[in-house]
This record gives sequence, C-alpha cells and structure tokens, in this order.
Amino acid sequence: MHRRLGAKMVDFGGWDMPVEYSGLIAEHMAVRTGVGVFDVSHMGDILVYGKQALDAVQWISMNDASKLQIGQAHYSALLYEQGTFVDDVIVHKLGENDYLLVINAGTREKDWNWVRQNVSKFNCHAKDVGDYYTQLAIQGPKAAQVMQKLTDVDLSIIKNYWFKHGTVCGIPNTMVARTGYTAEDGFEIYVPSDVETSERVWNEVMEAGKEFGIIPCGLGARNTLRLEGKMALYGHEISDTINVFEAALDRYCKFEKGDFMGRAALERAKAGGLKRILVGLEMIERGIGRDDYKVFNEAGAEIGYITSGSPAPFLKKNIALAYVPPEYSALETVVCVEIRGQKVKAKVVPTPFYKRPKKTV
Amino acid sequence: MAYPAAYRYTKEHEWIKVEGDTGTIGITDHAQDSLGDIVFVELPKVGAEVAAHKAFGTVESVKAVSELFAPASGTVTAVNEDLASAPEKVNSDAHGSWMIKIKIKDAGELSGLMSAADYEKYVAEEGGN
Repeated sequence: MHRRLGAKMVDFGGWDMPVEYSGLIAEHMAVRTGVGVFDVSHMGDILVYGKQALDAVQWISMNDASKLQIGQAHYSALLYEQGTFVDDVIVHKLGENDYLLVINAGTREKDWNWVRQNVSKFNCHAKDVGDYYTQLAIQGPKAAQVMQKLTDVDLSIIKNYWFKHGTVCGIPNTMVARTGYTAEDGFEIYVPSDVETSERVWNEVMEAGKEFGIIPCGLGARNTLRLEGKMALYGHEISDTINVFEAALDRYCKFEKGDFMGRAALERAKAGGLKRILVGLEMIERGIGRDDYKVFNEAGAEIGYITSGSPAPFLKKNIALAYVPPEYSALETVVCVEIRGQKVKAKVVPTPFYKRPKKTV
Repeated sequence: MAYPAAYRYTKEHEWIKVEGDTGTIGITDHAQDSLGDIVFVELPKVGAEVAAHKAFGTVESVKAVSELFAPASGTVTAVNEDLASAPEKVNSDAHGSWMIKIKIKDAGELSGLMSAADYEKYVAEEGGN
C-alpha cells in the first residue's frame, strides 16, 4: 500500500517499512505544527491476563502497575536479572486482571519469549496478539481534531497516556490511546489487521485529515521526532548492556513496589556508582554527530559514544544523545565528537531537546 | 528527471561535465532523491588533489551520510561555496548544483564513465539504490 503513496521502503526488524513519503523534514514539521499519520503495525502487542496478571506484570516490568487505573497506560521497561533492558514498553490496564504490553518491532520475538517464560510461574496467561492489529499513530497538535471526526469517543476527556474504547471509522470497540513516540500530542489506534480494513481506515484518516494538511510519515521522521523528545530507542539508548540508571530512566523504576526482575542488580549498581550516563549534546561547531560516533574530552581522551545523532528538523540544530562518564554530564560541558577523523565541538544541553507547548484544549 | 546528455556519470551517482580540461562535478538527481533532505555538504579546498573513484567529500541528509567520489583525477580549481549555507539546492536542482570544478589530469579516465542513457538504465536496474 505505502509504495503506491510514493514511499521509500526499508527492511526494519524484518518488516518492509516506509522510511519517508514526501520528505523527512516536511513530515517532521507536519507533526510538530499540524498532523501526520504513521503506520506502526510493526509494534508488538502482548496480552497478560488472568487472576495473577498484576503480579506477573509487576514482576516483569519496572514501573508500578498497581498504580494504573483501568483505561490508563504508562511507560515501563522489561529488565534482565542484571538490570539491563530486554525492551521498553507501554503497559495499558485494560481491565482488573487484563494488561496490554506494547513492545518494539525489532525485539518482538525476543520479548515474547522472555515474557512468556517469566510470567509462567504466575496464575495468568500471555498471548502474542501483535498480528491481530494494524496500529496507526495520528500525531500532532491537530491530531485530536482529525480523530474526533472519525470516532464517537469524546477525545477531549482522554488525558495523556490514557485510552478508551469506542467506534472508530465504523469499527466498534476500537482502542484509542493518547500515546505516541513523537513528543507531540496524538493518538494511537488499534484496528483489525486485515488488508481491507487497514487500508480503509488509513484512507479515512487521510481524508479526515485533508483539511488539516495531514501527510503520511515514515520511520525517518519517527526517529528524528523521538530524538528531539529524548525518547529511547532499543539498540541505541537502551540495550542488554545498559542499565536503568545509565539510561536515566530510573524515574519510571519503582523500587518501593516490591521485588521485580533486575531489582537486586540495580540496587548494587546504584551503590557502586554510575560509570556512564546518557546526556544530550548539541553540536557547537559545524558537523553532525551520528549514531556510534566517538566522544572525546577536550584533552583528547576518548570518553564515550553517541547512541543517536541527527540534524533536528524542528529545532534546526544538530543534536545527539551520548553516553559519557558522569563528570562530563554537567550542562554546558564542552566535549568533542569525532567526525571522519576530525574533532568537532559539542556541548551538554538540557533534555528533552524539545518540549511541546502546554496543551490548551 | 532527465539526465543531461552532455554529462558523464559514475556508478556512485556523480556527474561530470567536461569543457576543455575543466571538469564540473555534482551528484545525480537519483542520488539526491535517495538521500532525501540534504543538510550538509563537505567539500575539499581549492588546490586539493582528487583521485578517480576516491572520496573527495561528503554529503549528508537528515538520515544518512554519503561519500562523494571523483569521476576523474585532477586538481580542484573551484568550490561551490553556496552549498555551505544552502545545501538544499542539491535537492531542488541536482544537475545544476555543481560541487567542485577540477583541472582534469588524464582525459583517458573519462572513457570508463556512463552516458546519460546508460546511467538511466543502470539506475533502473539497480532498483533505486
């Protein structure tokens, strides 16, 4: 379908995915200033349900799912015993003993096997339902106006990271979540994955969005949008060798909730002190720091590396996330990024690089 | 986008326009389209030597870094300074947005390059990349 829309495709985690349609910068700006739509069906979906579903979710994920109300979601992560990442995840509480975990594409099979194995000691079930859904993300300050034309759900009462079920494009009981990966307001909808329904919903979203200038967006814009918002990407900011404190995601890790996978190792890691931490960099000399480029101090010693780096289309700066020792993490610290053999200066800046304006509706 | 018949083309998607012993070099429309929004062009200085099929500079889009390969050996005689502040011109007019001019050392090297028709066929067969 996307090829017909003029998309450039790429293999992403085994999925044939659109990188860009009309152009990465135009797509990025549409989401920051208007509205864009992404097909994110490559995301995985796992249901955990049954009598001990909450206990299972509490054991396998680091945030405190007991705090969730029905219809609420939160950011969390699945951790190995050593406190490093299996993946990050959005946990949705569908019902009293019913949770939906939305996971990454590239890690779907690994995540599924890991979840299945680690919930097995609880009285609950796990089910991989990723193939049941086409997931579309409608993102941008005008996303609510577009979606309100297509659903009977009153979107104005859905808060950020909450969701409701209702009729969307004539499909009853469809999940509409105020979530996304763009650091912008927006919704993610989950519709049946058959081609006919998926295409129809996509076309209806495009039609409803026409008056708001909606455009289809690809993985390229998805990456620059999430980078401006400092949202982690597996294999970059988080991985099986990076722990929660290093990734600066400990605010989503609730030690007070009781035991969970990775907890003991994280407590040891905290006591032992941090060796590196994720910081935001902005290039101050001409050049673009990219993924995996090395970071040096001003004296010329190698101190770390960039996890994600790119021109930031909305901010119009060259930005990067990088792991460096904590002594280099203070704001305004000057470091050097090695770009094709040259040391190019950058400085540590506050993150997220981009924060959306406070909602007015 | 038509590929100018007066240019010669490389497998790495550069073009060269030859006038006397001066070669004007840029990247093809196919190259700019594959790269997407171009945000950075890094070029050698006047007087630098470039070698056929060796990298002489870099072009970066938002999502990718790509080296520029010289269609022929020679000495750089001019650099398009406009591209430092307006690299997006390469997207809007790849065949008009030259990058460097060189004094060609060995005209014999040009015989290995493709004609516009051959390049068009090459791009079609390569399937886009």
